[in-house]
Amino acid sequence: MSVLVFTENWDGKFKKLSFELASYASKIAEMLNTDAIALSIGNVDESELKKLGSFGVKKIINVNNEALKNLDNQAYTSVIAEIAQKEGSKVIILSNNNTGKGLAPRLSVRLKAAIGAGVSQLPLSVSPFTVYKRAFSGNAFAHLELKTDVKIITLSQNSFELIESANGASIENANVQVDGSIVKTQVKEVQKQTGKILITDAEIVVSGGRGMKSPDNWGPLEELAKLLGAATACSRPVSDEGWRSHEEHTGQTGKIIAPNLYFAIGISGATQHIAGVSSSKFIVAINTDKDAPIFSAAQYGIIGDASKVLPKLVEAVKEAKGK
Amino acid sequence: MKILVCISNVPDTTTKVKFVDGNTKLDTTGIQWIINPWDELSLTRALEVKDDASTGIKSVTVAHVGPATTEPTIRKALAIGADDAIRINAEPTDAYFVAAQLAEVVKKEQFDIIVCGIESSDFNGSSVGGMLSEFLGYPSVSAVSGLKIENGQVVINREIDGGKEIINIPTPFVAIVQKGIAKEPRIAAMRGIMMARTKPIKLYEPIAIEPLTQVVSFEMPKPRAACKFVDAENPKQLIELLQNEAKVI
Repeated sequence: MSVLVFTENWDGKFKKLSFELASYASKIAEMLNTDAIALSIGNVDESELKKLGSFGVKKIINVNNEALKNLDNQAYTSVIAEIAQKEGSKVIILSNNNTGKGLAPRLSVRLKAAIGAGVSQLPLSVSPFTVYKRAFSGNAFAHLELKTDVKIITLSQNSFELIESANGASIENANVQVDGSIVKTQVKEVQKQTGKILITDAEIVVSGGRGMKSPDNWGPLEELAKLLGAATACSRPVSDEGWRSHEEHTGQTGKIIAPNLYFAIGISGATQHIAGVSSSKFIVAINTDKDAPIFSAAQYGIIGDASKVLPKLVEAVKEAKGK
Repeated sequence: MKILVCISNVPDTTTKVKFVDGNTKLDTTGIQWIINPWDELSLTRALEVKDDASTGIKSVTVAHVGPATTEPTIRKALAIGADDAIRINAEPTDAYFVAAQLAEVVKKEQFDIIVCGIESSDFNGSSVGGMLSEFLGYPSVSAVSGLKIENGQVVINREIDGGKEIINIPTPFVAIVQKGIAKEPRIAAMRGIMMARTKPIKLYEPIAIEPLTQVVSFEMPKPRAACKFVDAENPKQLIELLQNEAKVI
């Protein structure tokens, strides 16, 4: 028996997300009186793999194969399923990000394993195995029983703390045969912006809405984000109008995020917007309308016009940071 | 080529949800039902692709697992422009159950491109599309933000951190789509609404499948503490609170 965690890497490097997953898996392993095993697929060197060992896993399995260079859901599913079966894994953990959402459902059918998707804390109980998951797009939570022998959990990003604990982890290079012919998808081109802080990774997100009034008014908002090391985001009307790219849209149908701090500037806070950001640890709202629903979701508020408040806020941050 | 769009029937996204029967069931009183937002975008993109005659798409079908009461949502999809529809006559119990039902129908009807929204806005399982592809043994791509057909080759954009990948994929396959696939959902015109009344909805009875999960209960999010207001003339105070009270900057 074991708990298996799939730890994604980005160009051979892990992110905080990978360590959150390892921490989470180790805690579940503790609840089940067993060990957590981390699986890494791709070209990751040993010193990087070792980092996973600081978060409680007992073993790190490394699968590096040319056929697995790009994410192909069928090929990756086969590898994860093979390792899970070999290691007798009773719980398999993935991130609830794009990759996890592509793989977890395929694994579910392959292994006839129930999924708890979008889980943000440890299981409520392990017998019966009941998880606490997001439902109705953040407007409610469900206690969901996973009724199968093997269970799959996808963990929401930035919802579980890092827990450092060394467990003398060993690294095993697994020789998994991958028949190249099962890879049906062919990546022709990769278009990537570098150097930009990703909304889903950011600890702080600065987001603007219709109250910004024009696509030309984002200078101070971007400056604030830069000073705070934050990512920039926007509400749906702003991306629908084409003021900002749809990749910045946070909310129910856009990106669902859980940063430590979220600035909602000129955003009134429609249910759909709140649904996408309500897991933020702290929300600051700046809005002209004191009755705007965003103030019910926020811990801190300023009633005022974004164009007047933002420059003052930028100055205050500069002062506080001694810049 | 034939496209299938799988649609889910969900409460309007502005619904204030409430639960009944000891918090085990959604209180459906007064709820407006809509096509799941991501499925609506999927349908819109499928119709755009079909509108371009060079793509050689012959038809766009919608499939749905639900009881007869969900037919207005299917009619809405037909009014938006789907050619025909399939309804599998069953109460959807979980994602595994729904995907198994859809797979059974796809095996009989055969489609080249199957499009599913990334998740439903009610149970947020993000599972049906991926499960369907695995039941069928078809390739799948998740996080799809673009889909086109160039000289008979399907080309897909997959969102990755900080960018996108351009991917070629052979048919048949399952695309699991998110925001960006279509700019805005297409709206039904009066003519579409009239035509939808006579478009066929093919009925299938479900196969026997045991769900893998069971909702024990629902609960509402914990209420947040009241908002602390800071004077607009003095944002310095806000920074102090964020530094010393919240300790987040």
